[in-house]
Amino acid sequence: MKHSRFARNIWLGIENLLLHKLRTFLTMLGVVFGVGSVVAMLSVGEGASKEALEQIKKIGSNNIIISSMKSDDETSSSTVFTRISIYGLKYDDYLRASESIANVKQAVPAKIINKDARFGTRMMELRVVGTTHKWFEMLDRDLIAGRTLMARDGESMANVVVLTEFGARKILATGRSVGETIRIGDNYFTIVGIVKSEGGMAGNIQMPDEQTDAYIPLEVARNYFGDKTRKRTAGSWISEMVELHKMIVQVDDLENVVSTAKSLETMLERFHDKKDYQLSVPLALLRQAEASKRTFNIVLGSIAAISLLVGGIGIMNIMLASVTERTREIGIRRAIGAKRSQIISQFIIETIVLSTVGGFIGIAIGIAIPWLITYFTAMPTVVTMTSIVLSVGISIGVGIIFGLYPAVRAANVDPIIALRHE
Amino acid sequence: MQDVSSHTSNDAPIRLTDVTKTYQMGNQQVNALAGVSISFTKGSFWAIMGPSGSGKSTMLNVLGCLDHVSTGSYVLHNEDVSTLGDNALSEHRLKHLGFIFQSFNLIPQISVQKNIELPLYYLGWDAKDSAKRAIELAGKVGLEDRLGHKPTELSGGQMQRVAIARALANDPEILLADEPTGNLDTSTGDQIMDLLCELNGQGKTIIMVTHEPEIAAHAGYNLHMRDGLIERIEENAK
Repeated sequence: MKHSRFARNIWLGIENLLLHKLRTFLTMLGVVFGVGSVVAMLSVGEGASKEALEQIKKIGSNNIIISSMKSDDETSSSTVFTRISIYGLKYDDYLRASESIANVKQAVPAKIINKDARFGTRMMELRVVGTTHKWFEMLDRDLIAGRTLMARDGESMANVVVLTEFGARKILATGRSVGETIRIGDNYFTIVGIVKSEGGMAGNIQMPDEQTDAYIPLEVARNYFGDKTRKRTAGSWISEMVELHKMIVQVDDLENVVSTAKSLETMLERFHDKKDYQLSVPLALLRQAEASKRTFNIVLGSIAAISLLVGGIGIMNIMLASVTERTREIGIRRAIGAKRSQIISQFIIETIVLSTVGGFIGIAIGIAIPWLITYFTAMPTVVTMTSIVLSVGISIGVGIIFGLYPAVRAANVDPIIALRHE
Repeated sequence: MQDVSSHTSNDAPIRLTDVTKTYQMGNQQVNALAGVSISFTKGSFWAIMGPSGSGKSTMLNVLGCLDHVSTGSYVLHNEDVSTLGDNALSEHRLKHLGFIFQSFNLIPQISVQKNIELPLYYLGWDAKDSAKRAIELAGKVGLEDRLGHKPTELSGGQMQRVAIARALANDPEILLADEPTGNLDTSTGDQIMDLLCELNGQGKTIIMVTHEPEIAAHAGYNLHMRDGLIERIEENAK
């Protein structure tokens, strides 16, 4: 009984709204666009942060990455005054980081040199990474074929190499090439395995691995390629001496990442005269990404709130006009015996139906827009259930808030005057 | 001619005692009712007459629980309604009163059937029973073939019949009519009056405001008002 009465009230509202289809539709548009923009904007924000999150997780949120870099004063003067620039992380830094810093679970060093490689008849430049077996423990990448580096490879100075899937394909090496020989620089290596790689940027952080990596034992890299490199830039030869190019430090617990990064920085400051290294903490970037997402959401929320406010005022305006227009109807209903509360509910239900239907159309648009964005720009978008539930709630809320005043106005119409209203 | 005092019994369903109604019009006080005492017995048919400004419309509004009295008391079905709040007055209108207006006051956007069902909607009847009752009432006023039409598609006489059917939907004891034939031609008006007389014959108490003596002649009693007071009451011979 109660249920059917409620259903009839809603039906009455729908019937009244259908009497003026164009007006109803135009009134709805405010909420349609308001809700549509809320859902669409939230999904774009959500998609961006989800992508950043996934990439940061690929680096490992427990990891701290330290890279060698030329200090600022060196870059400006080296070509003129110094024949050789010496900078970057030292082997000792690696030992200190892995042994004397609290909360460090393990660390892995990496020496990175670009070398031409030849496999069969194919030649290409690979990024040779001299590292240890721990590299593969700390960066979780799928193994395609063979095996990764082992501790004994370094100890026995084995000429073994692990290629990346991308690099292997470029040089026409496949899973069946495991065991075959590849020439890197002037030395011959046995391919022992192929792994997947990520490569590229994750938000504003560089992935430690790249797509054309070739992993060899650190000791072997030191032995064959030494610490000095010479490269030709802008018409002159630049000699560099770098012991380690990269170091990844894994912290035992997520809680300790930030404090450990501080201790590492303090340690490095003490042993380096110049700032010739750079720390990047994926977790800190994650936090930063989350913070900027919050800011983003607040800004979007304010824009959406304004557009919904405008939509709500539009609804209120039309409902007030409708009350005036239907004064006589209100008078008739009151004379027949409708209570004030029944008139209020009649008008407020009408407004809620209006705003809720607008809300649902808005949600449909808000789902369609991110889909189109993803389809045409490959930008990731995620429409969350939360944003949809929120939008439905907001639509109903807009109906109640902006419907209340016109409804009360309707209920306060004096039936005697209303019945004489022309 | 009858003495007013003979119409102030204590057991009638509608009793007004020393009722006044004062309006503030600008800075001028208007005594629309200046002390009216009268009882309407069950099943009687009254025509309230008088020049404009005599208080006959105010009288009907007060009787119809649409307006509060300023002083005095109004007892409807043994309940003093002069002190009741808005919700209780709405309840009285819904359960005990039926209204018929000069300009019909049908809701133009909804069908004849929906118009007749309107009081039942507020009484909480379900859709099936309401439809049954609406069809029955339409038959009673001779409009069973017009149920699906909009009021605007009907003639004046037909619209007034719909209004009467609507006024009867809640099966009220009392029908209040405000110039029910005022917008109708003579022969249609006569048909409406015949319908009202028939309803009176079935036991409905009818109180009607009119300024036409021919229409008033259908009533059992003619109540003449002037300056907010009852001037005289005439009983019509049948």
